[in-house]
Amino acid sequence: MARRRPEPVQVIKERRDGALNAMVDSVPYIKFMGISFDRRGDELTAILSYDDKLIGNPMLPALHGGVTAAFLEVTAIITLSWEYLWEDIEGGVIDVEAMAKGDLPRMPKTIDFTVDYLRSGLPRDAYARAVVSRSGRRYASVHVAAWQDNRHRHFAQATGHFLMPQRDKG
Amino acid sequence: MVDKTAIARQFIEAIPHSGALGMTLTEMGEGVAVITMPYDTRLVGDPETGVIHGGAVSALMDTCCGAAVMSHPAAPAGTATIDLRIDYMRAATPGQAITTRATCYHVTRSVAFVRAVATDDDSDRPVASATGAFTVEGR
Repeated sequence: MARRRPEPVQVIKERRDGALNAMVDSVPYIKFMGISFDRRGDELTAILSYDDKLIGNPMLPALHGGVTAAFLEVTAIITLSWEYLWEDIEGGVIDVEAMAKGDLPRMPKTIDFTVDYLRSGLPRDAYARAVVSRSGRRYASVHVAAWQDNRHRHFAQATGHFLMPQRDKG
Repeated sequence: MVDKTAIARQFIEAIPHSGALGMTLTEMGEGVAVITMPYDTRLVGDPETGVIHGGAVSALMDTCCGAAVMSHPAAPAGTATIDLRIDYMRAATPGQAITTRATCYHVTRSVAFVRAVATDDDSDRPVASATGAFTVEGR
């Protein structure tokens, strides 16, 4: 059987970036925090762009612990949703254009979230990546770590449990 | 005690991120702190329902727990979060302020232990609860 001709790169990029942007742009809080996502294939890296309003200790200065927690939580939820939706986005089950117009799939809900503060967050950009440790029909467990200058020197990490959205029952 | 509370209030409101979220400290002393955060559409996590993002609740919890540590009689000069766990019991009702009450229930020479509960107008049904460990600095 002849191999199906691969889709043009532009079609793939538009679909994947379109879905990701629709998901991220729909959440006011992500914009308020100045968080964006960089995509390489299916791998996501969250970027927290530094702003003075993210400071928690003006003397040091250091990022607010709540900012760090929120950044990790946003990264965990978006990465989990992205992995959960990936097959449907790629398979054409999800209409990316409808998504961009605001017809968004339901997102996972946080059950609990535990943040480990390893060192203080410096007043500059931060990055984070999440790993979905387990994703079942109802529950998911996600680990996420954030760094600034050095990829292997994390300043915070977290583990969270999430309630997965229930697929439409036919 | 009045002066201490006034200073603490100024301190909390001087934290840039807490100010950006509109937090106000209403009570502080003896290891207990109460902070309120008004509803704000910029903090929405679910555009369909208008529910506030868990991250904003985390920031409120963290600030309030830190304030509780600093208000403890064995008060440290400063504190930083070592770890914070938050349990989300239900979505906060859109349009309502969220109020957190944190209690610093034990302090050692180097660690302060805190728990907190967040509620909206329906104070009988908590929105979230938190437990954390904080550093004790400069004593």
